[in-house]
Amino acid sequence: MPAGDTVDRPATDRVWAWLAELPDPEIPVISLTDLGIVRDVAWQGDTLVVTVTPTYSGCPATGIISLDIERALRERGIGKLRIDRQLSPPWTSDWLGPEAREKLRAFGIAPPVPGSAATPGAARARSLAEGLSVACPRCGSDRTERLSQFGSTPCKAAWRCRDCLEPFDYFKCI
Amino acid sequence: MPALPETTIPADAVLFETLLRVGDSALILGHRVSEWCGHAPTLEEDIALANVALDLIGQATLWLGLAAEIEGAGRDADALAFRRDAGGFRNLLLAEQPNRDFAVTVMRQFLFDAWHAEMLAGLAVSTDPRVAEIAAKAQKEVAYHLERSETLVIGLGDGTPESHARMQAALTRLWPFTGEPFRGDATDAAAAEAGIAPDPAALEPGWSARVEAVLAEATLTLPDTARFRSGGRSGVHGEALGLLLAEMQFLQRAYPDARW
Repeated sequence: MPAGDTVDRPATDRVWAWLAELPDPEIPVISLTDLGIVRDVAWQGDTLVVTVTPTYSGCPATGIISLDIERALRERGIGKLRIDRQLSPPWTSDWLGPEAREKLRAFGIAPPVPGSAATPGAARARSLAEGLSVACPRCGSDRTERLSQFGSTPCKAAWRCRDCLEPFDYFKCI
Repeated sequence: MPALPETTIPADAVLFETLLRVGDSALILGHRVSEWCGHAPTLEEDIALANVALDLIGQATLWLGLAAEIEGAGRDADALAFRRDAGGFRNLLLAEQPNRDFAVTVMRQFLFDAWHAEMLAGLAVSTDPRVAEIAAKAQKEVAYHLERSETLVIGLGDGTPESHARMQAALTRLWPFTGEPFRGDATDAAAAEAGIAPDPAALEPGWSARVEAVLAEATLTLPDTARFRSGGRSGVHGEALGLLLAEMQFLQRAYPDARW
């Protein structure tokens, strides 16, 4: 047991590992930590504070995610727990690591093109959509086209492969 | 020396009012757009409209949540959304205009998004960090809204004779409501003075440049009618808002504090 890691007050590393086991409610192939929405885990006296940032302002999964975190940590014996919402810096798809991107691709969701979610602003989304090459997660072809900027969840857009003709989800860059 | 009427409005009242104005516009347009759910002309559009509505209502939750906190009267975002009457709403009149056909819905969205993007860029550099962080979040979402509405305005304007005629009629119908976002009052002046929010008039050149460029590409003609309709930010609304609230607020009015 590392120093400071007790049954009553487990080390934050251990808490991070527990959170890494929790699936995203809408894309269960990646975990909450893969998604990059858990921003901090810290003890404040005898209270464990988990800081979470939403992906999209209106994402309906946000409430479920808080409930999942609370249930999982209570099951591990955490008595005093607080979940704080943090808006700044705003969530970006760049926080998805290489491993998470590979999990998405294997699941049939084209991962966000790395580093493409640079600056916010109106001009950006347009240039992105026009210059973007998204590989089909099924056949690997880059002869793909966008059907809609919006998809089955707030964080995805609808695309189609012009070779295998399959529609697929593209994880939006924001 | 010019008079300084702004100093008579307390700072918290200016912030509260500013938050209601931006939050109510997001909420009311979000509700309007949500009325399309299950009725849009194609599946992709149905999904896109629902997503835009969700983003706007999510943003409204953040703005109104902060407004309630500033007010400190024990209300929360839900109380502000569901327990105010029409006269208490501060949304732009453009946001409450009925959906009518798909052309009106798309044109309303574009005219609004073009303002929203400018407004959020100004709010993102607010001297109040709580305002700035909500705006920075919303800005990323609105970039997608604007990209979509621009593409649709161009596609439908420069489309078939039928879609062109409908888009032109939609533009003519909505044009009178497009002056209001840029006409400030004493509260706006106080907010701009304090660096909380941009001066409404300062947003107009950016909005006009974008709108004129997109409408030209869409082969639509700028109406020469006056952009005279206003009243939203002082709570003077049209009949449309009352009907919208009757539906949006029904459950919390009939069953106060209902939970599920």
